[in-house]
Amino acid sequence: MMSDLGPHADFIIASYAVAIFVVAAMTAWIVLDYVTQRRTLDDLEERGVTRRSQRSSKAAP
Amino acid sequence: MAVIDIANPTRFLKLVNRLLPWLAAVTVLMFVYGLNGALHAPDDYQQGATVKIMFLHVPSAWLGMFAWGVMSVAALGTLVWRHPLADVAAKAAAPIGAAFTFLCLVTGSLWGRPMWGTYWVWDARLTSVLVLFLLYLGVLALYWTAEDPGRGARAAAILTLVGAVNIPIIKFSVDWWNTLHQPASVFRMGGSTIDPSILHPLFAMAIAFTLLFVTLHLAAMRNEILRRRVRAMRLMQAQGAVA
Repeated sequence: MMSDLGPHADFIIASYAVAIFVVAAMTAWIVLDYVTQRRTLDDLEERGVTRRSQRSSKAAP
Repeated sequence: MAVIDIANPTRFLKLVNRLLPWLAAVTVLMFVYGLNGALHAPDDYQQGATVKIMFLHVPSAWLGMFAWGVMSVAALGTLVWRHPLADVAAKAAAPIGAAFTFLCLVTGSLWGRPMWGTYWVWDARLTSVLVLFLLYLGVLALYWTAEDPGRGARAAAILTLVGAVNIPIIKFSVDWWNTLHQPASVFRMGGSTIDPSILHPLFAMAIAFTLLFVTLHLAAMRNEILRRRVRAMRLMQAQGAVA
């Protein structure tokens, strides 16, 4: 059974709320960044743009 | 796969793509376990229920310092061996470390107000952690504003190594100076002063936070590798358009 948070409940709840917000924001930012980079990379590859290393690996026998 | 093979960005990406879903799942499970222990832990005999803030504050503080440690090792990799993954690791760790340090400062203030009667005091521990947060912002500014990414990386690596001096200052500030912040109570000579009923959930939360850091760091490193590929491809595209 979870204990009563007592007279300082506001401070405890605020701490957990801030932690949830920071972790959620950080996770969302990283996930959205991945989606953006992946989409841009796929778009460039579709247009036939390659990196130098890709060209040399394709040219190799 | 040998360890040295992971230093290749393409092989590293393959490994991260395989690892990330498992790491994310284990992190969530560890948080469920840790939070369950934290929310059901008994009140402290002096601090009452506010001790529940410790389950966020202490792991955040550890991770804020740990991330700087990771960045310091990576900074050596950037400056000495000029390995591209070293800079990727440092750049990816900086915002995550800054977020944990911010969380440490905020939860510390929210814990300090009911226990000390003030949100903030300029004592050695609090001030040195604030300095760490400002150093994080400095490193991020160097990464995000440098026109030449290579120069920005080297400048950030130098600042990281200089800032590493602050880590032992944070750790030992409560011993070296007379501070309002309590002295070390978890890792200390003679054993922890915390009761096992509170110490065990604290360790569970520390493991959960560490897993979260590893998961987010690997994901952010993957993003950074992709960003560099996009940049390289756009440069190739621009050169092709000129030629």
